[in-house]
Amino acid sequence: MEELISFISDNLLMIYILVFAIFLGMEVISKVPTVLHTPLMSGANAISGVVVIGAVLLIRQASADDYLVLTLGFLGIALAMINVVGGYAVTDRMLDMFKKKKKS
Amino acid sequence: METAFYDFLYLVSIVLFIVGLKRLSSPDTARNGNLIAATGMGLAIIISLIYPMNSGSNNYGWVAGGMVVGSAIGYTAARRVKMTAMPEMVSLFNGLGGACAMMISLVEFYNYPANMSLLNGAIFTTLFALFIGSISFTGSLVAYGKLEGFLRDSLVLPAPKIVNVVLLLAILILGGYILSLPDLDFTLVLVFLMLSLFYGITFVTPIGGGDMPVVISLLNSFTGIGAALAGLIYGNQVMLVGGILVGASGTILTILMCQAMNRSLFNVIVGGFSSQGGAGGDGREEIVREATPSDLAIELKYANKVMVVPGYGLAVAQAQHVVHELESMLEEEGVNFMYAIHPVAGRMPGHMNVLLAEADVDYPKLLELENANKEMPSTDVVLVIGANDVVNPAAKEDTSSPIYGMPILDVELAKNVVVLKRSMSTGYAGIQNPLFFGEKTRMLFGDAKASLNKLKEEVDQA
Repeated sequence: MEELISFISDNLLMIYILVFAIFLGMEVISKVPTVLHTPLMSGANAISGVVVIGAVLLIRQASADDYLVLTLGFLGIALAMINVVGGYAVTDRMLDMFKKKKKS
Repeated sequence: METAFYDFLYLVSIVLFIVGLKRLSSPDTARNGNLIAATGMGLAIIISLIYPMNSGSNNYGWVAGGMVVGSAIGYTAARRVKMTAMPEMVSLFNGLGGACAMMISLVEFYNYPANMSLLNGAIFTTLFALFIGSISFTGSLVAYGKLEGFLRDSLVLPAPKIVNVVLLLAILILGGYILSLPDLDFTLVLVFLMLSLFYGITFVTPIGGGDMPVVISLLNSFTGIGAALAGLIYGNQVMLVGGILVGASGTILTILMCQAMNRSLFNVIVGGFSSQGGAGGDGREEIVREATPSDLAIELKYANKVMVVPGYGLAVAQAQHVVHELESMLEEEGVNFMYAIHPVAGRMPGHMNVLLAEADVDYPKLLELENANKEMPSTDVVLVIGANDVVNPAAKEDTSSPIYGMPILDVELAKNVVVLKRSMSTGYAGIQNPLFFGEKTRMLFGDAKASLNKLKEEVDQA
């Protein structure tokens, strides 16, 4: 119990950020038209690839001969980058179709 | 103190995420929003590469290798995927993000120094991230398999509800036990990982049919939460805020989708369409009437108002371009041609709009559910192309039907209904449609694209 309390007090700022971000996230997309559900889902999905930062930090902290960590980190970065790059590219392709077409 | 500079730059990318997400939720600014969010991501990644480190040997070669491989695969996949296959692609990408969160937490456990007290928030967070990441990973893979078609919807594990509850309890108890041990037992962590991975499978497998998009959205928000938890482990604000933004907005999106189908999230998770599918309406011996393309062509040409109800059948047949051509031909004849878009038409909300936009259909011609229903009584011909469940009157009449309560397009109010369909097989929800046996209804069997092409020829000649 004491450890939990000390964890909370050590990370109080992060917990504040966490709570505010939850409200912010709900507020930001509270009114979204059905048309945009799929692109929005895909775009948000790409943002969740932010987890790649964790994998980068993980590899950078590892020593150069810790091959298990390096391999797992490498895999983590590759997987998350597929999510990031693929996610943004796919969303862009979808949204490209919504732009107003000029009558030729 | 130089870290403060980098932390400030992290703040910039958080702001870019928020602005990007906000702009993504409005049609005019969406594309721009996506670019802004992508810029934020690029900035965040660059900062993570140059952020000063106290220990470790950077290993930039490994980092660069992973980035190049991942980006190349992601970009190629995104370029090549067909618009109809978008939902499964999103699901697959999402699963990979979850896998990354899972891997990070696993390595954290592996690196955990010995003889440290385990009952603390950090271990709890890591365990939770491992759990959420794993569910998101295997769950998304199952969702991908189902949408791609190599996992059948009818594939149901025995007693899924009991298995799920038992598994979840086992995971909770094991998690508590790991936390209570004096020393970290990595083997137990691996068992915990296996159970979580398996739970992801059993969690998604019973869900099917029209509920799939809801599940994908839910798993999407799980991945966000996983990323946020990983951010908590590293004390990294960008991961925390980025992940939570996705988690929170994904949850809202999930709820909005449930509302569009008039179902609760709980209902979606514990009892899917597929588990009760095929209940009502079987054993009917009513006769259906067939339409011929030539008769239909004349009818269309002399109609005042024609409404198309597009469904997934249209999308798989890649018939959206032919429909658009038919539209142009009939418009020249003075026909008022419109499209009625059900919120869950296609395989995801908004999916149908994307497909029709791909075929250059003018935006104002797409009517949303309520407006479309207002137009129905004055419509001469409704063409239902490859849609089943969104026009099923059972949703209004049959309380025992699994789709009861879902708002539908009232096509039976129109003067004539023609259903283009391959066969009499049931739709995604696996239930028979009384509409097909209705007095005003005629069926035009065959591949949607072939039927429409024939129809086009006939209109040309008529």
